[in-house]
Amino acid sequence: MSMRPENPGAIAQSVGQPFGDLTPPPKTPSNKRWTRFILPTYTTLFILYLVIPIAVMIIFAFNTPAGRYNIKWEHASLDAWRNLFSFPDLSTSLKLTLEVAFLATIFATILGTFIGLALGRYRFRGAGAMNFVIFLAIASPEIVLGSSMLTMFVNARVPQGFITILLAHVMFCVSFVAITVRARVSGMDRALEEAAGDLGADPRTTFFKVTLPLILPGVIAGALLAFALSIDDYVITNFVAGSKTTFPLWVFGATRQGIPVQVNVMGTLLFAFGILIVVAQLMASRMRARGDQKRLAQDKARLAAAQTS
Amino acid sequence: MFYTSLQSGFIGDFRFNWHFANYPNAIKLYGYIYVRSLAYAGVVTVLALVLAYPVAYWIAFYGGRRKSVFLFLLLLPFFVSFIIRTVQWQFLLKDDGLILGPLKRIGILPDNYHVLGTSIAVIAGITYNFLPFTALPLYVALERIDKRLVEAGKDLYASRFTTFRKVVWPLALPGVFAAFLLTFVPAVGDYVNASILGGPGNTMIGNVIQSTFLTNFDYPIAAAMSFILMAALLVGATIYARVLGTEDVTAGAAAG
Repeated sequence: MSMRPENPGAIAQSVGQPFGDLTPPPKTPSNKRWTRFILPTYTTLFILYLVIPIAVMIIFAFNTPAGRYNIKWEHASLDAWRNLFSFPDLSTSLKLTLEVAFLATIFATILGTFIGLALGRYRFRGAGAMNFVIFLAIASPEIVLGSSMLTMFVNARVPQGFITILLAHVMFCVSFVAITVRARVSGMDRALEEAAGDLGADPRTTFFKVTLPLILPGVIAGALLAFALSIDDYVITNFVAGSKTTFPLWVFGATRQGIPVQVNVMGTLLFAFGILIVVAQLMASRMRARGDQKRLAQDKARLAAAQTS
Repeated sequence: MFYTSLQSGFIGDFRFNWHFANYPNAIKLYGYIYVRSLAYAGVVTVLALVLAYPVAYWIAFYGGRRKSVFLFLLLLPFFVSFIIRTVQWQFLLKDDGLILGPLKRIGILPDNYHVLGTSIAVIAGITYNFLPFTALPLYVALERIDKRLVEAGKDLYASRFTTFRKVVWPLALPGVFAAFLLTFVPAVGDYVNASILGGPGNTMIGNVIQSTFLTNFDYPIAAAMSFILMAALLVGATIYARVLGTEDVTAGAAAG
């Protein structure tokens, strides 16, 4: 199974280089082979391995299976694409997943942004504990989170359904938003906020005009992460969903009887949608950076002109 | 965030009567499954580290301007639902599927050879699903290394291998630990792979907890099992956080 490239020859050769030779160590062909050929090839194979199931999913979204099982390639068609919503349960579950994801993202982003701000900015009593709780929420297995939430809801006599799913999703998304925002906050120049205060802005204006725009990339990244996590979650949702079915739950339940092509189509659409958003965000941040540079250059030019005159 | 507050209410019974016997019972009944889960997760983690390290190394040191493209490619699996990916592996690994079918036809494998329902399938499935979690913290740690240190090592006539062993490896070690934690802990608790790719002989502790909770509704014993799992991992994670701090893990998770 291990595909780690091994080249004992290269290692032996470089270890055994004579000590007294004082010419700079030459780039031996074996060194070049490692960085130019072996590692890049290996990386490519690794990425291919990661992508295989996705490719299979997309290809088989265009299949027309003969029986109930979408496992043999028959012939290409767009049948499933045209009848995307022919399984009412599946459509309802997808709708529920999207609703939960949107709401959970909004709540988790708001809560997580404030936690991230507090942790990145202030030293306060309990900050260490807060950091540790976030670490735990990220590092503990989902089954533990899910089962503890279930016992909590049962003990508190909260009926399982939409509300419990939403609460659970907000809970596990918050910590991811908090750490993305915290990373952004700790890289921020505090002098900018002080400057806003010196110029007479009240705390609210400072927050909306200075702090929020500065941490916005972190907030957006956190929100996207929360959305992706919420859409994809199976384990925690399975515990708290009661009789409700989200998209991952439906797919899991359908594995025994055979999964309809529509699932592949929906998976492909979600995949394309995700890629689109990330690419759009990358382009936006690149354009912003370019705009900043341009403005900086203009300012410099103006300054230089002012100094010469 | 209410997570820590959950821990105390957890021994909670149908009737709360300090029924500690749940714990010995859980261990007596399912002790071997705990051991199996830990063993699977251990194999998975080592495998994932060995597989991901060279990739993270190459991208961090030689990725050049295309670094972000490579990272994006590593993250691609996250754009497809975890369940769907696992189902696709089930489909690929079927006895007459795309991988085993041709190999059997040319006679490399015997006709009755199968992967699904064996521990190989479960371990491969978990490894696949957690590889990005392994690769990212490794990448973050390797990327942070000052490249001048590596050059200094070369200038001092260290061979490439010695430079790696004496400079790169120790500096990136926190990343290895972070990767270990982010892979091992979720892998112990995973049950999706075991139930889709495995057979009755591969049940992991997650499967047992899940079915005791959601099929048998035996909350007390299920809670005890879940608590044992959590306590064991918590002790490990706390030691980790005390010794190494939480920064590397959260940084790795944030990169994902």
